[in-house]
Amino acid sequence: MGTISLRVNGAVHAVDVDPQTPLLYVLSDELRLRGPKFGCGLGQCGACTVLMDGRAVRSCVLPLSGVNRAEIVTLEGLGTSDKPHPIQQAFIDEEAAQCGFCLSGVILTAKAFLDQNPKATDDEIRQELGGVLCRCFVHVRMFKAIQRYAKTRRL
Amino acid sequence: MTTGLSRRDFLARSGALVVSFGLAPMLEPLASGQGPFDTHPSHIDPAKLDSWIAVAGDGFVTAYTGKCDFGQGIYTAQTQLVAEELCVALDRVRLIQCDTSVTPDQGTTSGSQSTPTNFNNSGLAQAAATAREALLKMAAQRFGVPASQLTAANGYCSAINGRRVSYRDLVADKRFNLTVDRKAKRRTPGEWTVLGKPVPSLDARELATGRFEFVHNIYVAGMLHGRLVRPPAVGATLVSVDGSSVRGIPGLVKVVVRKNFVGVVAEKQMQAVAAAGQLKVVWTSGIGLPAQQEFYDYIRKQPSRDVLMVDSQDVDQKLAQAATVLKSTYCHPYQAHGSIGASCAVADVQADRATVWSPTQSVYPTRQGVATLLGLPVDDVRVIFTRGAGCYGLNGADTVSFDAALLSQAVGRPVRAQLSRQDEMAWGENYGSACVIEQRAGVDPTGEIIAWHCEPWAVSLGGRPGYDRPGNVITGTLAGYEPHPITPQAASRPTGELDNGNNAVPSYVVGCIGDRCRGTGSIRSERVLTHTVKSPFFTGPLRSPLRLQNTFAHECFMDELSAHAKADPVAYRLRHLRDPRLIAVVKAAAQAAKWEARQSLNSEWRRGEIATGRGIACVAYEGDNGYVALIAEVEVHPESGRIQAKRFVVAQDCGPISNPAGVRNQIEGGILQGMSRALGEEVTWDDRAVTSTSWTSYHSLRLGIEVPVIESVLINRSDVEATGAGETAITVVAAAIGNAIFDATGARLRQIPFTPGRVKAAYDARG
Repeated sequence: MGTISLRVNGAVHAVDVDPQTPLLYVLSDELRLRGPKFGCGLGQCGACTVLMDGRAVRSCVLPLSGVNRAEIVTLEGLGTSDKPHPIQQAFIDEEAAQCGFCLSGVILTAKAFLDQNPKATDDEIRQELGGVLCRCFVHVRMFKAIQRYAKTRRL
Repeated sequence: MTTGLSRRDFLARSGALVVSFGLAPMLEPLASGQGPFDTHPSHIDPAKLDSWIAVAGDGFVTAYTGKCDFGQGIYTAQTQLVAEELCVALDRVRLIQCDTSVTPDQGTTSGSQSTPTNFNNSGLAQAAATAREALLKMAAQRFGVPASQLTAANGYCSAINGRRVSYRDLVADKRFNLTVDRKAKRRTPGEWTVLGKPVPSLDARELATGRFEFVHNIYVAGMLHGRLVRPPAVGATLVSVDGSSVRGIPGLVKVVVRKNFVGVVAEKQMQAVAAAGQLKVVWTSGIGLPAQQEFYDYIRKQPSRDVLMVDSQDVDQKLAQAATVLKSTYCHPYQAHGSIGASCAVADVQADRATVWSPTQSVYPTRQGVATLLGLPVDDVRVIFTRGAGCYGLNGADTVSFDAALLSQAVGRPVRAQLSRQDEMAWGENYGSACVIEQRAGVDPTGEIIAWHCEPWAVSLGGRPGYDRPGNVITGTLAGYEPHPITPQAASRPTGELDNGNNAVPSYVVGCIGDRCRGTGSIRSERVLTHTVKSPFFTGPLRSPLRLQNTFAHECFMDELSAHAKADPVAYRLRHLRDPRLIAVVKAAAQAAKWEARQSLNSEWRRGEIATGRGIACVAYEGDNGYVALIAEVEVHPESGRIQAKRFVVAQDCGPISNPAGVRNQIEGGILQGMSRALGEEVTWDDRAVTSTSWTSYHSLRLGIEVPVIESVLINRSDVEATGAGETAITVVAAAIGNAIFDATGARLRQIPFTPGRVKAAYDARG
C-alpha cells in the first residue's frame, strides 16, 4: 500500500490502496462514486465503464497502477441532475432506461466513440456497442438516444 | 426520487410525519419510531389507512407501498396512482417502497401482480381513495355542508361557494385513525388527469447522470467486504477449510464457515476477492449431473408430481376417431436471469437485531428467512429494499441477502456481500425451468381441431424462500436448510375451477372442470397433464415462468395444425378462440401489421436466397392477467442458419393503462429479451457443474445487434380491471419467431434456443 494520487471528474484524490486494485473498487469503495458499477468483474459487460483521457475503458479489469496521470471521468462527471450532458439528456428524452444499471457502459462507450468519430455511421456505432450489455433490452430507445446525440456532433 | 436527491435526503425531507423513521436507516436501524406514527414493524396493519397514506406538515402526501421497482416502472405508476386518487400534482407525492419497518406486507413484487393488487379496488389504490374521501368528510364537517357538495383538487377541498381548505390544514401531522374503506369510490378512468397519462420514469435523470443509489452503492459506517467460496460441483459438501492458506492476506478479517457455507470477510473488497480465490477448501466430489445432451429424455423418465389441469375424459376416443393426429415435442432449456449486476446486499447484524439492505422482491419473507438463519426474533430484523440491477424474477437477490447476513453475524460488523459473476451464474440464482412439452391433437377431414392433449414436464428445485423455506435458495441450502421437497404423486381428477396461472392449458380449449369453463378457446375435448420433476439445479420464477415455455409449445403447435389444414394462421386461431379480449388483440395485431391472409410457407422463396417470413402467437397471460398477440417478421439466412428479426407488431390489452409510456417500454424490452432468450440463451453444464458462468459462455444479445422495428398497439379498456403488463409480451416471442422461421423456410424449430446449428438442422429435416 501507499498513497496514490488520482484525477477523477476534475478533482485530485489521494487513495491508500494496493496499486493492483481494480480502478472500479477505488472509484466505488474509496471515492463512493455511483456511476461505474460492478457487473461482471471480467470486462465483458461494460457496466463499469469510465472515460480515461476520453477513451472508454473497463474499470473492473484496469489496475489502479495502469491509470497513472490520466484523467478519469465517470458517468456522474459528465453532467449533473440539473444540467445533464447532452448525451445524458438524450437518454432522458428518449426514456432510454429501465433498471439503468448498464448506463455507464452504454452512454460512455457511445460518447467516447462519437467524440472521436463524429461522422460515424449507424453501422459503425452498432459495431462499437457490440461489447456492451443491457439485460432489460432497452436497445431501441438507447439507439435512438445515441443517434440523437450523434446528430448534435455532426452539426 | 425526482430531483437528484439521494434516497436518504429524500427520506429525510419527506415531511414531519415520516422524518422519525426517514432518518433512521443509517443512524439507528431499529430505534423506536420507524414507521408512520412510530409504528412498530409488527403493527403495520394493511387494514389501517395510516399504514398507507400520510399527509405531512408541508402538505405533501406520503404513500407506503409493498410493491417495489426494479426498473419495470411501478414506482412511477404508483406515484401517479396516489396523485390521482388524492387529487394532487405528481410532484406532491412521496412514495416509500418495501421496508419491513415502514411499509405494509404485500408479499412479493412478482408475477405481474403489482398492478392487479394495487391499482384495482384493493391495496394502495383503495387506501388512497379512502384518504380522499376522509379529507372531503373532514372539510364537510368544517364547512357544515354535505361532503357530496365538495370537490378535491390540488391538495384542497373546495365548496361550491369558493370556500376551500388545504389537506395540510385538515390533517397535517395527525393520524387518520380510520380503516381502509373497501367501498371508497375510486376515480374512474374518465376522470383521470395524472393516471393514464404517459409519464417518463421518475428516476430517469438520476440514472442517466450516475446519481441513483443502488444497493451496490450502500455504505454503512464500519462496513467490511465479503466474498463467497461456493462448491466446485453440484451437491459437493464441505470436507475441510485450511485457514492458514489465507493467513498472509492483508486486511482479512475472518473466514466464515457454516455447514457448507463458506465466505471471507476483509477490510477492502480487493482483499476479500484475493482471499476467496486463495482459500484452500476441500469438497466432496458432488452428485454428478445427467448428460445435457440427453436431458430432455432424462426429465421424462423421472418420478414426477402430476396434476390433471383439465380432462374431458373423451380425448383418447376423439383422437382415435380423428382423420389425422399430429404429435410434436417441444423443449425449453434452463435459462438465467443473468442480471447485469452480480447480486449484492449489505447487512448489519448486531447481537440483538439486524438490518439488511436488500435488492429482494420480497422484503417480508426475506426478513423471516434472515431471522431464521440468524436465530433472531423476526421483529428484530429489518429488511430495506434497495434496488439492484434488473432482476426479472428470482435472481441472486435473496441468496446474497442471506450471504450478507451470515457474514455480518460472524464478524459482528456490517458486511457488504458481493457475488462474483461466476457465483451469480452458477451459485447465485434460481434458473428459469427447463421443460419438455408433448403435444397431440386430432383434426377432422377439414383440418379443424377436435381434441387436444398436452403434457408438459417441468423441472423444479427450491424457489422463492417465502416465509418458511430459506433452503429454497442456494445460501439457505448451503447453511443447512432443505429446499421444498418434490414428492412424486399421481394426478387426481381436477376439481374446482381452472386456474391457468402457468398457461399449461392451451388458449384454444374450453378449459372446463365440471360445468365451469374458464378456458379461452372452443375445443371441447381436452386433457392437460402436468409433471413436475426434481431438478439438479435450483429453479425459480424467471419473467413469465412456465407461461413462456408452455406458450412456446402451444403457439408453435397451433401453427403446425394450421399449416396441416393449409389455413391462414390468424384465421385458424380465430376459428378456435372464443375469448373476446384475446380475439381482439389477434385482430388488432393482424390489422396493424397488414397481415396478408394465406397459409404458411412463403412460396416465393428459392434455395440459397435469404428467406423472409412472418409468424403470429398470442396468449391470455395466466389465463386472464393480460392479453397479447405478436407478429414477428424475420429473415432466415439458410447458409449460416442465422435469424434476423426485422419487425415486431404487438397488440396488448392490460385493461385501463396506468402509464402508457411505461407499458411501451416494458413491451419493447420484453420483446427483445424474449428474442435473446429464443435465439441464444441456455444454461450449460458438464458432468459436475454449470459451465455457462460468464457472458462468453451464456449468450445474451448485445447492444450492437441490428434492432428490429417494434410497433405497439395498446388497447386501453376502462370497463375492466387492470392487469399486469410486464410479462405479457415476452411470453409469445419465441413462438412468433419460430412460426416466422417456418413460414420463411418450412423448417420447424421445436427446441430453444434457435441457434444457427439448430436452424440448419431443422431446415435439412423439413418435410
